[in-house]
Amino acid sequence: MADHEYEIPDDCQYTESDEWVRMDGAVARVGITDYAQSELNDIVFVELPEAGRQLEKHEAFGVVESVKAVSDLLAPLAGEIAEVHARLSEHPEWLNEDPYGRGWIIAINPEDLEAVDGLMSAVEYRAHVKARSGK
Amino acid sequence: MTDGAPLARTPLWSRHSEAGAKLVPFAGWEMPVSYTGIIEEHRAVRASAGLFDVSHMGEIRLRGPGALELAQTLFTNDVAGAPVGRVRYGCLCLDSGGVVDDVTLYRTGESEVLFCVNASNIANDRDWMHELHRRTKSRCEIVDESEATALLAIQGPAALDIVAKLTPPGFTRPKIWHFAETRLGSLPVFLSRTGYTGEDGYEMFVAASCALELWDLLRDSAGARLTPVGLGARDTLRTEAAYALYGHELDREHDPIEAGLERFVAFGKGFTGESALRARRDTGPERKLVGLVLEGRQVARAGTRIVTPLGDGVVTSGTFGPTVDRSIALGYAPAGLAVGARLHVEIRGKNLPCELVATPFYRRKRG
Repeated sequence: MADHEYEIPDDCQYTESDEWVRMDGAVARVGITDYAQSELNDIVFVELPEAGRQLEKHEAFGVVESVKAVSDLLAPLAGEIAEVHARLSEHPEWLNEDPYGRGWIIAINPEDLEAVDGLMSAVEYRAHVKARSGK
Repeated sequence: MTDGAPLARTPLWSRHSEAGAKLVPFAGWEMPVSYTGIIEEHRAVRASAGLFDVSHMGEIRLRGPGALELAQTLFTNDVAGAPVGRVRYGCLCLDSGGVVDDVTLYRTGESEVLFCVNASNIANDRDWMHELHRRTKSRCEIVDESEATALLAIQGPAALDIVAKLTPPGFTRPKIWHFAETRLGSLPVFLSRTGYTGEDGYEMFVAASCALELWDLLRDSAGARLTPVGLGARDTLRTEAAYALYGHELDREHDPIEAGLERFVAFGKGFTGESALRARRDTGPERKLVGLVLEGRQVARAGTRIVTPLGDGVVTSGTFGPTVDRSIALGYAPAGLAVGARLHVEIRGKNLPCELVATPFYRRKRG
């Protein structure tokens, strides 16, 4: 394989289903990882939730579709959806181009702020990716 | 393919691996799905040219006395009327009319033809050819050359020019649906003016031992005009062009009439499945392959239910078409629906609007 590693920023926490979470003040911003976008290939559609909805942990809150696959978005934390990145509907390619920046999907008001610490660290997530992809 | 069986690699595997291609299992082969991104590769083919490794496909030759007669019995399209140098598309059908495989036939000699067949069907095709060989007491030879043969495709508006720079002086390029044996650089190549993308270009059969050299020669010569393209874009390209893919639009339960391939069926010449197909044509099929364009950008994947006033249908291939910039699908729907009909596809429990359209979704401008 080519000598390139997936980007896994240290300032995020991660889920086994390849979402990232970054605390931004009191809200937890959520997106999909570089590995996830790379596995999906070009993303052409995002189904977004409504702000204000209450999410259980692991609840499906949206869908991303690429030319070759479809994938549910799973809530990394329980809480209320504080913000939705509505412009992604017009720019699904942002999920590929900048998964940790312009590709953020929702922000959650976590029910339990400490729950964030229960997610994987960047080091743990790198091992989780490596176990599946070999890189 | 049995789980756990080792995946086969084409002679070009090392090039895909070095290029950082994402490799996936396909019909028992480890094949590149994309190198840099499906949409980018798709657009490169429409705008300039793409280079594909399709060496997983099979090549089976019939030769010797009786070869034409056996080919005529096997193949829905006419063989005898195809002069040496001509390529034809058609199906191998069961007596029921169901499709064993969809293939291209090369008339390579007075009593010789070459079939190019789908990777997933090489063994099935060979078995079916031997079955009809026995039935008709044919004396011709059936030679499976798949392992010794590599297949590269170069497709796109720049493809002819890229290849022309490598052919010998005075070489006349074959017309569409024709082939010629020539050299590219010093490499002997069987050059076929065919493809599976909706663009002009060639499919190039070479000895497996020459595949790496041919790949490198084309890439070195063409530079940035030529982009390696994986199976992901091959699928979006062929879907925009509304070409059938075996296992999706065609299988043993579907026949060429339902699939809209009647122009590749030469009634009257005698072939296996002819009476079944004639009956299907005369009574009219109950279901037909149709093209759908969705209003939204959701993708109707294979297996998605098509909801119509005449009953349900099912999507056989669906993707987002990068050139047409719409979500498109092929599928079987009850016969009798007209182009322009407003239908629905059921995606994740919701009925989403779509329109039945004439295919192909994409047609190149001919220069």
